[in-house]
Amino acid sequence: MATAFSVPKFAAQPFNPISPTSQQKPLIFPTAASPFLGSTRKLLHLSSSSQLNLRRRSSGSVFAVSDIVKEKKSTSIPSLLITKEEGLELYEDMVLGRAFEDMCAQMYYRGKMFGFVHLYNGQEAISTGFIKLLKQQDSVVSTYRDHVHALSKGVPARAVMSELFGKTTGCCRGQGGSMHMFSSEHNLIGGFAFIGEGIPVATGAAFSSKYRREVLKEADCDHVTLAFFGDGTCNNGQFFECLNMAALWKLPIVFVVENNLWAIGMSHLRATSDPQIYKKGPAFGMPGVHVDGMDVLKVREVAKEAIARARRGEGPTLVECETYRFRGHSLADPDELRDPTEKAHYAARDPITALKKYLIENNLSGEAELKAIDKKIDELLEDAVEFADESPLPPRSQLLENVFADPKGFGIGPDGRYRCEDPKFTEGTAHV
Amino acid sequence: MAAIFQGVGAAAALPSSPSYSFDSNKSVFSPRRSFSVRKGASFAVVRSDGTVNLNPKDRRAQLLISNAVATKADSAAASSSSKPGHELLLFEALLEGLEEEMERDPHVCVMGEDVGHYGGSYKVTKGLAKKFGDLRVLDTPIAENSFTGMGIGAAMTGLRPVVEGMNMGFLLLAFNQISNNCGMLHYTSGGQFTIPIVIRGPGGVGRQLGAEHSQRLESYFQSIPGIQMVACSTPYNAKGLMKAAIRSENPVILFEHVLLYNLKERIPDEDYICNLEEAEMVRPGEHVTILTYSRMRYHVMQAAKTLVNKGYDPEVIDIRSLKPFDLFTIGNSVKKTHRVLIVEECMRTGGIGASLTAAITENFNDYLDAPIMCLSSQDVPTPYAGTLEEVTVVQPAQIVTAVEQLCQ
Repeated sequence: MATAFSVPKFAAQPFNPISPTSQQKPLIFPTAASPFLGSTRKLLHLSSSSQLNLRRRSSGSVFAVSDIVKEKKSTSIPSLLITKEEGLELYEDMVLGRAFEDMCAQMYYRGKMFGFVHLYNGQEAISTGFIKLLKQQDSVVSTYRDHVHALSKGVPARAVMSELFGKTTGCCRGQGGSMHMFSSEHNLIGGFAFIGEGIPVATGAAFSSKYRREVLKEADCDHVTLAFFGDGTCNNGQFFECLNMAALWKLPIVFVVENNLWAIGMSHLRATSDPQIYKKGPAFGMPGVHVDGMDVLKVREVAKEAIARARRGEGPTLVECETYRFRGHSLADPDELRDPTEKAHYAARDPITALKKYLIENNLSGEAELKAIDKKIDELLEDAVEFADESPLPPRSQLLENVFADPKGFGIGPDGRYRCEDPKFTEGTAHV
Repeated sequence: MAAIFQGVGAAAALPSSPSYSFDSNKSVFSPRRSFSVRKGASFAVVRSDGTVNLNPKDRRAQLLISNAVATKADSAAASSSSKPGHELLLFEALLEGLEEEMERDPHVCVMGEDVGHYGGSYKVTKGLAKKFGDLRVLDTPIAENSFTGMGIGAAMTGLRPVVEGMNMGFLLLAFNQISNNCGMLHYTSGGQFTIPIVIRGPGGVGRQLGAEHSQRLESYFQSIPGIQMVACSTPYNAKGLMKAAIRSENPVILFEHVLLYNLKERIPDEDYICNLEEAEMVRPGEHVTILTYSRMRYHVMQAAKTLVNKGYDPEVIDIRSLKPFDLFTIGNSVKKTHRVLIVEECMRTGGIGASLTAAITENFNDYLDAPIMCLSSQDVPTPYAGTLEEVTVVQPAQIVTAVEQLCQ
């Protein structure tokens, strides 16, 4: 696909904001009846000032990718975006994500997990669309809504479920919890509880990749880092600081904004002076792309280009995915502020249903095969829950492990020995 | 006036501006030669008027002090040799340590504001960018929180960054990253990711720098689990601690002091490190244990001169390791002298001294003949005016009075 990001042509970005006072009026989006591919936004008439803005030469271009896809489709024989294997892989990953989160909710209400649990229902297209394109050595950095990112990156469902149950077999030995999923094997670098604090870490991982290539001369090192975060984070200083640094040093990173329009109960439009987040990319010298985050194939097309760009060493991309979370912010959120019409609208654009429809309509798969996948996932999850249930809780001796990579950091005790040599230390009963 | 400052009896005026005697040839460091070297530094007291103090009593004190730099890791069999090392200033010692580690391991890199082309605001990274390149000695934009986080992310993915805060106070902006990520991620990831990062920079009260440039961040950071904090005070331990910090798998915060960068000392040519968890015995004694670190060490040593003249025999320990405390060295001293005076530059409330008081009381209460005395800075924002600034930090005269009080 031609590098859509280098052509300085702009398609208008219609984003009809809901005015804060008129919560009753729904967004102007295509209805569920419109075809899956080619669903696009209505072109808005641009005001003259924004026209000027768009014509200004900048190093990045701003596109709505759905338009590109639509153009392609109309000029040639309809070609499919995915093969059957890819389609089934995407479907399975999204179903795994959805089913896992539903199981989490069940387990939470049954008292198997505690604290803050943030579920990803509805946003699966982004995780699947991006992460399934990565190699194992590529890194993913997420936020507290990280279960599905972990699953897409390849962390076994058993490990994630155990971690949520707080068992020692969890991916972080039970020490991290829902908001801190880490896996060095799969290069999942968190899981962060405070919003925005993962973005610099992701920038650091991308810096490492560049460092390896240029300083350590590992010539084939082209690892890419994906940083996922939400619309609320895009008003945070760390976001802007990292956009600057990543573009400055052309780091191999893709900033993926999962704009689900709500930061707990704060509507994105009430919090942001310019709600079009992708526009902030060109301000820092990188392309900003807006994509329909409920459509896994569109996301995948954008992701392909952004990741390829980073791999080629051309620098970062800012991708804004418009999406929606079907559940509340967390399992503790009563979710009273969101308009039921808005929820219904997005529920009708469920990414899994949409992909299923696409696969069937294009003869890539059939009902039976897809149902078989559903069943397989259900069994996988039952096994994961059983595994987590049966796993042991962390023993007391685990308390002081892992505080320091080198336990000498606990210091020298009054008796002259390092505290970590004290037998009470390994029992977890020493006071440090 | 050529600024030559020794470990003992620092003359009254420590310059804060870089008007140092700097031999430019020093920037090319000779390769290490392996012959045994007398460990420890040789000092001579040079007053600001040029006279050398040869008072016998003082001389004994000086000799005691100069030969008493002995800690577990760097004490060696006494050996004399014709070549006693090389002389340099504290910032050069830091630079030397950093450069040696960068040569030794290509994963070591530096990040910070003005560390590259400018050579560091206190010249600790001078010449490194030319030698190692712009990516290895990275000039960052002014975004402490983000570039510290970037250093942490790089550390988690295999590099060993040394992040410089141009002034430690600026790291307040990086508190989020230092607390949440630097300190905690090894634990929350279940041990999967190590963070071998070094965060360093100058802090402390300088010469009329104003409140915000005169902060003591060690008191704010001390509660963060998972980090180690060390404070250097001489060229010898500056180089040693820098190297040890870089080699450590733990995140280490290395506190330097704005006024100590021009201290001169003779250090060994060979490779050495200073143990991160150990304190340094500066001057053994019998009557009272004085615990201190960083710049206050010099105020204490100046007071020690007066105290020795008055017939007291203070034991001075530079605790060096601010987190964790070396309770062995400290404990042994308390058991010997039974009196403790802590002299620090932190604020009275919640400083390192406060924690140290609690730790000593908890562990060695039975050995104390008197309550622990802690001399700290006043709980005020450091004023600009010189007269006021002088009064906010502990001065040698106060130390002398405190010891006299303790030893009644």
